[in-house]
Amino acid sequence: MSAEHHDTHEAHGSYRSYMIGFVLSVVLTAIPFWIVLAEVEIHLWLALSIIFGLGAIQIMVHVFYFLHVTVKAEAGWQVMSLVFTGVLLLIVLVGSIWVMTHLNTNMMPQHEQMEMMRNAG
Amino acid sequence: MANPTHPAEPVDGFDFYVAEDEHHEPGTMLGFWMYLMSDSLIFGILFAVYAVLGANYAAGPAPSDLFEIEKILLATAFLLLSSITYGFAVITMQEGKQKAMMLWLIVTGVFGLGFLAMEVMEFMHLAHLGAVPGVSAFLSSFWFLVGTHGLHVASGVVWLVVLLIQVQKHGLTPANKRRILCLSLFWHFLDLIWIGVFSFVYLTGVLL
Repeated sequence: MSAEHHDTHEAHGSYRSYMIGFVLSVVLTAIPFWIVLAEVEIHLWLALSIIFGLGAIQIMVHVFYFLHVTVKAEAGWQVMSLVFTGVLLLIVLVGSIWVMTHLNTNMMPQHEQMEMMRNAG
Repeated sequence: MANPTHPAEPVDGFDFYVAEDEHHEPGTMLGFWMYLMSDSLIFGILFAVYAVLGANYAAGPAPSDLFEIEKILLATAFLLLSSITYGFAVITMQEGKQKAMMLWLIVTGVFGLGFLAMEVMEFMHLAHLGAVPGVSAFLSSFWFLVGTHGLHVASGVVWLVVLLIQVQKHGLTPANKRRILCLSLFWHFLDLIWIGVFSFVYLTGVLL
């Protein structure tokens, strides 16, 4: 019984783990906002990479320190369903963006099409 | 002949069910987790729609004309603070301190309401500027994505108030503890979705 109690306590975090998660989140939130608000002079793509990279790290921080996902929780079903959902999200997001941007590229403006026809003839 | 030491075992040795279940907790938490996973698919699709349509302004306003990052930072701070105070509520609940837990839940609810107030003010500001969902594909997908998140937070606040009443009436019963842990997952999950919203919609929108 005492071991079980210990388990549930561990599974829902301690002051320490919540504070670590919170401090990490504050730092990971502050940097992207600072880049945009202070109009830091860096290349656009570098700024976007930092925003998305830190956002992804912060999501992992939340999953670990706030949602307490571990490999052992719920006999592994929790982390399994999380990974499965992650794969689905990746397919939906990357697939949509990939297909739709190519769709735009393939929609040639009228004059380019005319030029191609002229060159072919 | 059945083995006398294992009376539940079928006679001819076939098992048509899992004889030993691995976990003994009720399945509610795992079921609620599955709901969150399906909910994140909804948000994933809304993010995908925004990614595809977000640049189609139809001669209407663009993100950099509309978004006020300072206010988004304040709303983000509210949501992040509400996450840590909910964490403290769960810890005090584990320690059996009902009063302290209810206080932390109330603080969480106040931060949640602060976030919602910021969002409602932003939407009213946008509506005042004429940046309503019908103007462009960008605004349709923006209102849909951010509004869906806001509706989730609003229902989380309602749930929180209901739980406060239930704890006040019945105390920290196992059922109430389970409900508080489910709402904890829901609340932290909404904070997680918000990370995607402020990174992808607000910060990226202003930069591009």
